[in-house]
Amino acid sequence: MSRITLTDLSRSYGPVEVLKHIDLDIRDGELIVFVGPSGCGKSTLLRQIAGLDRPTSGKIEIDGRDVTRVPAADRGLAMVFQSYALYPHMSVRQNLAFGLENARMAKDEIEKRIQEAARMLEISAYLDRRPGQLSGGQRQRVAIGRAIVRNPTAFLLDEPLSNLDAELRISTRAELAALHKRLGTTMVYVTHDQIEAMTLAHRIVVLRAGRIEQVGTPLELYNKPANRFVAGFIGAPRMNFLPASMFPGSAAAEIGIRPQHLRRATPGETGLKTTVVMIEALGSETVIHAENGGQRVLAVLPGQQQLSPGDEIALAYDAKDLHPFDKDGLRLP
Amino acid sequence: MSRATEFVFRRRGGRGWHWTDLFTWFWLVAGFVLMFGPAIWLVNSSFKTPAALAEFPPTILPYVTAEVTVEGYDKPLQLFEVTLEDGSVRVFAEVRRVGTVAQMVDPANPAEIIRVNIKDRTPVRTVSFATENYVQPFLAFDMFRYLSNSVFVTVMATIITLITNSMAAFALSKYNFRGRATVMVLIVATLMIPLSVILVPLYSVIAGMGLFNSLWGVILPTVATPTGVFMLRQYMLTIPDELIDAARMDKASEWQIYWRIILPLTAPALAVLAIFSVVWRWNDFLWPLIVLSRRELYTLQVALNTYAGETNVQWHFLLAMTVITMIPVVLVFVFLQRFITTGIAGAGLK
Repeated sequence: MSRITLTDLSRSYGPVEVLKHIDLDIRDGELIVFVGPSGCGKSTLLRQIAGLDRPTSGKIEIDGRDVTRVPAADRGLAMVFQSYALYPHMSVRQNLAFGLENARMAKDEIEKRIQEAARMLEISAYLDRRPGQLSGGQRQRVAIGRAIVRNPTAFLLDEPLSNLDAELRISTRAELAALHKRLGTTMVYVTHDQIEAMTLAHRIVVLRAGRIEQVGTPLELYNKPANRFVAGFIGAPRMNFLPASMFPGSAAAEIGIRPQHLRRATPGETGLKTTVVMIEALGSETVIHAENGGQRVLAVLPGQQQLSPGDEIALAYDAKDLHPFDKDGLRLP
Repeated sequence: MSRATEFVFRRRGGRGWHWTDLFTWFWLVAGFVLMFGPAIWLVNSSFKTPAALAEFPPTILPYVTAEVTVEGYDKPLQLFEVTLEDGSVRVFAEVRRVGTVAQMVDPANPAEIIRVNIKDRTPVRTVSFATENYVQPFLAFDMFRYLSNSVFVTVMATIITLITNSMAAFALSKYNFRGRATVMVLIVATLMIPLSVILVPLYSVIAGMGLFNSLWGVILPTVATPTGVFMLRQYMLTIPDELIDAARMDKASEWQIYWRIILPLTAPALAVLAIFSVVWRWNDFLWPLIVLSRRELYTLQVALNTYAGETNVQWHFLLAMTVITMIPVVLVFVFLQRFITTGIAGAGLK
């Protein structure tokens, strides 16, 4: 059981409010991802949960127990850091054992847990090496191993993949998802990469400037973004935001449409009249940068398109794919 | 070998001697003499007999005049090379000297006395090392006791310095508390106060604590060094805070964080401070001189001072024991200078 509840949580450093009235309920066994641009407070929020930093006001509960004033060591959580934070002077084995020794666990139990974690993460071969002798991916595994051996009530992961190269990131991401499935433990995952968030999360928490913008499953956020910020943040390439005047009969201030939802109009179909400015041919799809009266429009068209800059094309869409926003950027029904 | 000489004699712009070549050679040779001259002189002089030390002009190497036992004379006689009137050179032993005339004998024919003008004779001298300068102090004086006092003071002071300074540096580098910057400035500011300024109050404190005439009275006032705190703090600032966060998540107490994470990672800076501390404490003179008045508590440096009496300085012992006291410091610099330079570069210290 590990349900984490944050109630009206705020944190300020002097006059700077980094977290503003955060209310969040993290369910047991859930993999929840905090995502947002850098400086949005997602890492600070994670540190509040970990107990490495204290909130200015508000309450943190783990399984109904108020832990707001409980030190990090006694919250029963484990954390994986962005830099891995492996102790460079200790071998991998000592790194894994450190937390258990501090908890005064019996020697043979420690060894058993290390072996188990090492087998699960396939790091048995280099238990006696120092972190400095390991590759980035291996260090990453050790960092996760150090969290696993503790048998925590929840895992906190602070951008754990950001120091890996692109290829390794994708495979490690899949392994993390598998690991979560196997352990079934609550995981709180911080990232600035929305693809990571979309692929891993049960639920995503989108943060901006210390506030929660929206909480929901990846597809909820994609299909029904609550506001213009979430709409722009989730999905790649970014959603087009166009003045409502370009869409006859709309009551909204602004209309958002994802580049994937635009297609070339068939003869007789009406659509946005645009001029092609740039073409990015990716093989399986083609990203068109087009312009309509000074408005940039991005469209992702399937396959390979016979187009060149300067061509006039009409881009059609379905009305159900439009996201209307009011003048404050909030979604209209 | 030829490549080494080629390297040493490499000159600016090929063949000719540019003035900068000459200047560099002059500068380096002068520097060498200036730095090594006194040390070489000290070591060589420490092997001289008191008579050779008093000689003028002084020599670099320790010479003694050769002596020979001649039949009919109780004491050994000194040997001289004598240039006779016919121009031949003979070796005679001097019996006595009267004014400018020396009475000499041929060791092969001791019955006949030969008178020689002292201008025509030069002593026969051989290089000889007076090792008794080294042996005698250890036998006649309590040099071993002074040595062990010095070692005790140096080792204890260094251990306590490392522990206290690293604790202070840990707090000043890894904890955020009100007044941290002020404390740091105060500590660094004490660098500007020399020992002689606080000598009297420090003495009162030590006397008040009953540490007068105790080796602890020498050790304790020296263990808190601003240099050490500053150097260690600068080094600890480079240890990422995430490591400490990770240790906190790993249920480590603050003491364990200090002992098991921070200290091992600060080892290079600790090594430098240890070297400095050993050299400082070993060479300390003024403070031990003030605190220690009982002979059996003297450290080496203070003990050396006793060879210089009011009317008489026993230079031969003084020089020999100075060489002995220099040895540990020299060894430290020879073997550990790599750490010293990296440590100084790392901490941005002088």
